[in-house]
Amino acid sequence: MFEGWLSIIVFLPAAAALVIALFLRDDARVRWFAIGATVLNLVLIVITYIGFDRAAGGVQMIDRYEDWIPVEGLRAEYLLGIDGLSAPMLLLTGLLSAVAAFASWRITHRVREYFIWLLVLQTAVLGVFTALDFLLFFIFWEIELIPMFMLISIWGSGRSQYSAMKFVIFTLAGSAFMLVGILALFLSTGVDTFAMVSIPAEGIVGIPEKVAGSDLLIPAGVIWFLLFAAFAVKMPLWPFHSWLPDAHTDAPTAVSIMLAGVLLKMGGYGLLRVSVGMFQETNGFKVQDVAWLLAVLAVISIIYGAIVTIRQTDLKRLIAFSSVSHMGFVVLGVSSIVGVGGKVTDAGLNGAALQMVTHGTITGLLFLTVGLVYDRAHTRYIPDLGGLAVRLPLIAVAMLIAGLASLGLPGLSGFVAEISVFLGTYEVWKWLTVIGAFGVVLAAGYILWMMQRTFFGPHNERFDDLEDANFLDMVPVVALVISIVAIGVYPKIVTEVFKVGISELVRI
Amino acid sequence: MSAHDLWLLSPELSVAALGVIVIIADLILEKKTPLIWISVIGLTVPLTFALLLWFNTPDPEIGVFGTVTADRLALFFHFLLIGTTAAVIVASVTYSRKFAGFQGEYLALMLLSVSGMMLLASSRDIITAYLALEVSTLPVAALAAFLRTDRSLEAGLKFLLLSALSSAILLYGLVYLYGVTGTTDIGGILDAISGMSADGGRAFGSSALMLGVVMVIAGFGFKMAVAPFHMWVPDVYEGAPTPIVAFLSIASKSAAFAIVLRILYTALGSNDLAADWSVLLAILAAITMTAGNLLALTQRNIKRMLGYSTVAHAGYLLVGLAAVAANSDSEGFIAGPQGVLFYLVAYAFTNLAVFFAIIAITNKTGSDLISGFAGMARRAPFMSVLLALGLLSLLGIPPTAGFLGKIFVFSAAVDSGLAWLAVVGVINSVVSAFYYLRVVRTMFLDEPENDERVTADIPVWAATMTASAGLLIFGIAPSSLLEFARHAVSGVVT
Repeated sequence: MFEGWLSIIVFLPAAAALVIALFLRDDARVRWFAIGATVLNLVLIVITYIGFDRAAGGVQMIDRYEDWIPVEGLRAEYLLGIDGLSAPMLLLTGLLSAVAAFASWRITHRVREYFIWLLVLQTAVLGVFTALDFLLFFIFWEIELIPMFMLISIWGSGRSQYSAMKFVIFTLAGSAFMLVGILALFLSTGVDTFAMVSIPAEGIVGIPEKVAGSDLLIPAGVIWFLLFAAFAVKMPLWPFHSWLPDAHTDAPTAVSIMLAGVLLKMGGYGLLRVSVGMFQETNGFKVQDVAWLLAVLAVISIIYGAIVTIRQTDLKRLIAFSSVSHMGFVVLGVSSIVGVGGKVTDAGLNGAALQMVTHGTITGLLFLTVGLVYDRAHTRYIPDLGGLAVRLPLIAVAMLIAGLASLGLPGLSGFVAEISVFLGTYEVWKWLTVIGAFGVVLAAGYILWMMQRTFFGPHNERFDDLEDANFLDMVPVVALVISIVAIGVYPKIVTEVFKVGISELVRI
Repeated sequence: MSAHDLWLLSPELSVAALGVIVIIADLILEKKTPLIWISVIGLTVPLTFALLLWFNTPDPEIGVFGTVTADRLALFFHFLLIGTTAAVIVASVTYSRKFAGFQGEYLALMLLSVSGMMLLASSRDIITAYLALEVSTLPVAALAAFLRTDRSLEAGLKFLLLSALSSAILLYGLVYLYGVTGTTDIGGILDAISGMSADGGRAFGSSALMLGVVMVIAGFGFKMAVAPFHMWVPDVYEGAPTPIVAFLSIASKSAAFAIVLRILYTALGSNDLAADWSVLLAILAAITMTAGNLLALTQRNIKRMLGYSTVAHAGYLLVGLAAVAANSDSEGFIAGPQGVLFYLVAYAFTNLAVFFAIIAITNKTGSDLISGFAGMARRAPFMSVLLALGLLSLLGIPPTAGFLGKIFVFSAAVDSGLAWLAVVGVINSVVSAFYYLRVVRTMFLDEPENDERVTADIPVWAATMTASAGLLIFGIAPSSLLEFARHAVSGVVT
């Protein structure tokens, strides 16, 4: 790929937003243009993903402008690139962005503004996953807030303004800590770089190498917690999760898909790239020292999230809480970084990375189908539903596939990720893993019960005149089903790349 | 006064002369609108002088018996002040019809005030600085009362009384500095203090010196709008004409920061002293940020809210001032003041954009209440976007200049061992999200009172566009401005 390739991918949605803002007036044309732009971007991202050289590894397709902020004392670069960790995340973002654009088909309120914000949001998320300069990473991380605020508060339902503000405040508080952490890391003697990874070909020595064995400006443990706070809020990990159910419940369908599918993954990605990647050889404090804390928080998230999920009566709120539980598996996998006898098996970390992708597609599909149900039945209140499968067979099947994947049915993608997490962590945290595994049992409970109450049960006359999904509704559904089945049957398409990234991440 | 002195003072003198020309033209001209264009075009003269000085004086030149300098720092502020004033004047085109017949006085007073502010940035003698401060303050008191409504008169009177009080405190502090060191020259004070340290003791002990420092900071704190000297801010902001509020919040504040930077970093810049006053500034910064943001939360009037916001921003700026070399590991550490200068420019563009957008909208709606902005995104889509952009820059969301400004001052703070202050700063930024985003939400979400379009006049529109473009450009490509700021501070920091 030529230089500038990644920049094109990252800024293509923003450019499309600009075109919509300046030139397009007609709502139908805006829709098609936005969908076209996201699909085109997905194609570019797939090309990128295929072009990623698995054998060579390292950081590839580098975009670099050294003199972005060239002053003494704060030398930040414009540095984009992908490695084995970020390439699949880029693919996930591209896929879900296109799905979200399709799922926005039925938006009729202030259509132009809606698609402008949705596209800006995509640029921000793509930027987070490709930026390799810590300050640039932070900038993209922050830009994402405003589109989300607008999307939830204007096009949301219920207490959308409250939820949007809560989302912004939680995330801003988290990133405030992250900013101080980043600055403290950068200003430590001997670090003076914002590069998040080393790139030998470009002569860049990254933070992971520089902090190895050196004393930091403030104790490394404090910096770790400052950075971790931002990722924990974003993921979200118990006890920082309370913004998520509100935001999900009140957001429009496509925004829920983006939120659950890719925005939460920013937290997981940050946890792997920063909290794990940079703190394995620091003096005085190492990520291994707090692996127990990660494991404990993860298990609490898994079990607490699952138990709360069972009690939910709103479909979207139910899926939102199940996300808390499922993102717990990511953290549980990450906690295996401590290893046994000084040796880290990468199964846990690989499982954590894979869980991010599978949860992204599965939850994306769940929210998509809930959106389709809500568009027709005009309620998400489970006791009011029931017997929908007769009238909406296609939607029911799609949701059943997503549900079964979510509870970890073998052959679908959720199973591979979760079994990999358990294999990796069982040797390290025997009892915690056993407790965490109950999360899967609970998942089977809440998913099947939810399916039973929503789609099956006695015939419901109120829903007799509902129409099943049409062709346009099914395009994103089919795309996600294919990806779920594909990863379930042949996980290598993703794990092969993740393996490369994880092996470079683990330094001990 | 030699020709060389005139040359060094040419920007200040030409601005003052312009003020006089405007008054005379006011007597002659029937229509008052041309006065605005005379002022704006006239401002290119001081700008040219400042540019010539920048390129012709590689070394800081001193004149008028050593009381005035035209060094890089002074010129940096001259550019900032001239630019701000020109923008404010352009944006006053429609607004100044509210005091029809007095546009000449309005412009002349503003220009005279600016000449005082520019002199404040140039002065390297504490007596000159005091005089310059008075020259800059008195016209503003008249300008604040210009609307001649009850609130406006109250604003003018309040500003006048409180500025007199703060001037007294400042003067008292300056007397202490003179008493301890025996000189009013800023460079001389530095020499005197370092001489005393070498002798093993200071006349009257360093507590007398610190008392002077405290009172100087308190005196200038009034102009900088630092808590607890900010009491005048909300009332004056609410009552004064909106363009004057923009002028106060940017020009007046910048000039005060210029002289504080010079006094602290040059006269009192020796390492042991700096370590002392940096603690004082750090505490003041924390109080100011917190007070400004908390008080802004409950405001219903947008000018009052921005008044408290300007207090909060004075706090962020103090964070940068508190980041001194004395507490940092690196030699020649200037990240703190450099960040302050960047922040001031970023803040200038941002606040200009915000106030101009408000002027454009309230010119038509006539209400300063935040609720009056309901649904403005539909009535004035373009202005609403620009106003939202400005508010996001105040909040510190990338890719705006306000975000980078915060990054620079906070990183300087962390680097000089004030990590706790940076934490207070970022938490404050989170708090500020409430009230900035509330305005954005009101504009984009709430139902408009009616569907009547709100259109901006071309001058206001152009001024808002320029300011918004600046805040975006410096938010995306900050390197040239940072380099400029580095030049400006490198000669001042000892």
